[in-house]
Amino acid sequence: MESQYATEAAARSRPSPRVITIKLIGPLTMLAGVAWAFLQPYRLTFLHPGGKGFWWLLSEPPLYVVLVGLGFSLLVVPGVLDDLGEVEDAAAG
Amino acid sequence: MLPRAEFVHWWFATGFLIIGVLLLAEAVVGEEVWRRRAWRAYLWPSFAFLLGVLMWPVMVLYTNSAIHMLAHGSWAQVMMLSGAAELALVRGKLHSRYWRLCTVLAFVVSGEAFLIHEQNGWLYARSAFLHHAIGWTLVLGAIFPLLRVFRPRSASFQTGFALVFVVCAFFLYCDRDTAPIFGHLSPLAGAPHR
Repeated sequence: MESQYATEAAARSRPSPRVITIKLIGPLTMLAGVAWAFLQPYRLTFLHPGGKGFWWLLSEPPLYVVLVGLGFSLLVVPGVLDDLGEVEDAAAG
Repeated sequence: MLPRAEFVHWWFATGFLIIGVLLLAEAVVGEEVWRRRAWRAYLWPSFAFLLGVLMWPVMVLYTNSAIHMLAHGSWAQVMMLSGAAELALVRGKLHSRYWRLCTVLAFVVSGEAFLIHEQNGWLYARSAFLHHAIGWTLVLGAIFPLLRVFRPRSASFQTGFALVFVVCAFFLYCDRDTAPIFGHLSPLAGAPHR
């Protein structure tokens, strides 16, 4: 392979900053939820459910944050990456 | 039996976080990529509208004073207005960019409602502090949706707009009925809990 084509192919296979940022939003959100759970484990009432009512057991805010990140990563990111790849490929020619 | 007020704050915080994450993603990839799939473009305005609808039962069930009822009622109305206007713009039913001013209105009215209906000072209790903090965040943060009206493709303004939702979500997750703030808790606030 000629060096010019090899350089272009390598540049194309390298993810763009936009791709990296989109991939990071979900994991960083999940990380925030996990960090919160470690800092305030008493917020996760399912870990010590004794004497807690229904609303206390439903309210697990660190878990909500993790679920937002997870849902975003699984439901939104794949489609965005496909579309972003198409647009970036079209722009690169 | 009704859930405690702080649980409701956490549920709304989750809604705000969802909107913030979606807007942040849109700011990163740009409107052109984000709107390649129609359902994606409808996501954040739909959540804003839904949060407005869900604010009505909060208004009805958590009415411990007239001013609380007015505050929650005004949030419900402006969130529904903002969500509906943004949905109509995405759908193509509305065309003028000035309809985006509905979101600016929602920010200003919501911020004012937070500030006006909180009768106690900043350090009365954590919930009082957070009401002031959220109120000012929304009033000052209204600059981002306002700038977005005139520069809708600006990634900086779009990112600022998204981060206002994320910051508000953070504040709402911090909310507790009675908890100290920076070591302060008014003896009138009630028995503290973590």
